[in-house]
Amino acid sequence: MTIASRDPEIGRLEETARRIRVEVIRGVNQARAGHLGGPLSAAEMLAALYFRVMRIRPLEPDWPDRDRFILSKGHCSIGLYAALALRGYFPVEELATFDSAGTRLQGHPDMTKLPGLDMSTGSLGMGISAAIGIALGARLTGRSDVRTYVMLGDGECQEGEVWEAAMVAARYGLDSLIAIVDHNKLQQYGWPGDGPDGRMPPEVPGELVAKWTAFGWRVLEVDGNRMSDVVDVLDRAREGDGRPTVVISHTIKGRGVSFMEGHYFWHTRVLTADEFATAMADLGETVTTTTGSPR
Amino acid sequence: MTLPLGRAMREVFGETVSDLADTDPRIVMLDADVGSSTRADIFEHRHPDRYLQMGIAEQNMLGVAAGLATTGLIPFVSTFVAFAVVRPLDQIRVLIAQTGLNVKITAGYAGLFTGVTGKTHLIVDDVSIMRAMPGMVTVCPADDVEAAQALRWCASYDGPVYIRLVRDATQRLFDDSYSFEFGRAVVVREGRDVTLISTGAQTPRVVDAAELLAARGIEAHVLHVPTIKPIDVAAIVAAAEKTGLVVTVEEHTVLGGLGGAVAEVLSEHRPTVVKRLGMQDVYGESASNAELLELYGLSAARVSEQVEAICRTVGKEVAAKG
Repeated sequence: MTIASRDPEIGRLEETARRIRVEVIRGVNQARAGHLGGPLSAAEMLAALYFRVMRIRPLEPDWPDRDRFILSKGHCSIGLYAALALRGYFPVEELATFDSAGTRLQGHPDMTKLPGLDMSTGSLGMGISAAIGIALGARLTGRSDVRTYVMLGDGECQEGEVWEAAMVAARYGLDSLIAIVDHNKLQQYGWPGDGPDGRMPPEVPGELVAKWTAFGWRVLEVDGNRMSDVVDVLDRAREGDGRPTVVISHTIKGRGVSFMEGHYFWHTRVLTADEFATAMADLGETVTTTTGSPR
Repeated sequence: MTLPLGRAMREVFGETVSDLADTDPRIVMLDADVGSSTRADIFEHRHPDRYLQMGIAEQNMLGVAAGLATTGLIPFVSTFVAFAVVRPLDQIRVLIAQTGLNVKITAGYAGLFTGVTGKTHLIVDDVSIMRAMPGMVTVCPADDVEAAQALRWCASYDGPVYIRLVRDATQRLFDDSYSFEFGRAVVVREGRDVTLISTGAQTPRVVDAAELLAARGIEAHVLHVPTIKPIDVAAIVAAAEKTGLVVTVEEHTVLGGLGGAVAEVLSEHRPTVVKRLGMQDVYGESASNAELLELYGLSAARVSEQVEAICRTVGKEVAAKG
């Protein structure tokens, strides 16, 4: 990700993903709380969705014909807020209010507070069910162009509700529904094992593909931290084939920050001043004294 | 004299929501594989394109309902109370109550009449749970007449509603002149000796109990509370002031349900002696409807006996103090 793509649009999207990461680090650092690993792994996908793929109107967030996005892994809210702010839903400066009293940027997304959120989430497994409701509702109200995107964590796929939802979506042939599993191979803690830091990944390799296939979904796999591939897979996913689509997005948890990549304990943790400086440097960002410095 | 049987609320449910959907294209029905029991199948026959079978997957169903509501549709969720409230409780909390989305949880098989299913299906604490949840409205109709009106009302109300419906035919309390008013309790019998406060299909049995009490020289004042949340504070206070002694009766646990709600209201607004009849912190079991009513003291005869005993003991103390 340090080498910009020769394709100008891909280059711009990569820069957007980088800026999302910078805002994630800043937001969590200012709040002294929040999640880091998950938003960082998902940055390319969020950038591609909000800056290229989704048909949205940031100044008309309730536009009935808009595409929808639900962050089922709601604990990664700061990543979504960063994407929304950069896209123009609200001022980037508001990201500094993340998690603080009276903020519209709650620890987990609250649709009653912030325009642009298509569902409140935070209790895992639920976002995909709501996404099915939106996709069914769009179908029933004749809005056939609407696409509904929902991002899940790979650990989240341990929730039983995810598979209830997978069953029903396939039953209805909801090909306007696109689930994205941010498969960063780590959950908050996980089972003991011989994976990174002595833990096991949430799923054994190939398990997610086999499960979603068995549930009747079209399964697409992608290197979710490689922007050109992300764009390609989302373009393909948009064209339905009668089945719901799941994109298994292979990513690295903590992507972009050297000391976070691949370590479960950066799921949620407060940065020291030195760690903050290193993270910003890793992301190619110069730390100024007025913004982004730790309290 | 006992009140006559009305129609089963579940039949009225299927027909009323279908009627509403005739003129309101926003109404959709979600079922979790029990439409032939809850009579959501009536809706399926009349509006097949808006009947959404969700399979035996209730947590997902409540989430789907929330999503549907964001697209401007009005989802009616239908299954048994056990699977409409308790099993998907967190989905209701996060996706419906916290969002305020326009979802109608119209649950059948409320109370004791669950078709001889036993304690797994016989939910004793759904009213306590739902009324404790911020943002949730809780309605318990007395009979088929009120159930139809409450269902019509809830379609016009923008926000989450829980309506508790009964499987089998129960006694009819109201005639066609009755008008359900959201948030309002109604005096269904005047009396001076003791105030009986009831809700749901228990109210007709309480009215019958009042007749039995009258034959024994006790004139009961009976207040029916169809809307448990928001509760009608003024009506409860007025009913309590009428006699100075209150007995709540509910086909539900006495912990946190109607009895709890009334005790909360009166302790803050008009301290009054309150006795609570209902399920005494126990689960139900398999038995016929009549046997269950006897077992848990909720038949008209058993209610009248208990109220009479309360009047003979507590009532004397209250009168002595008053």
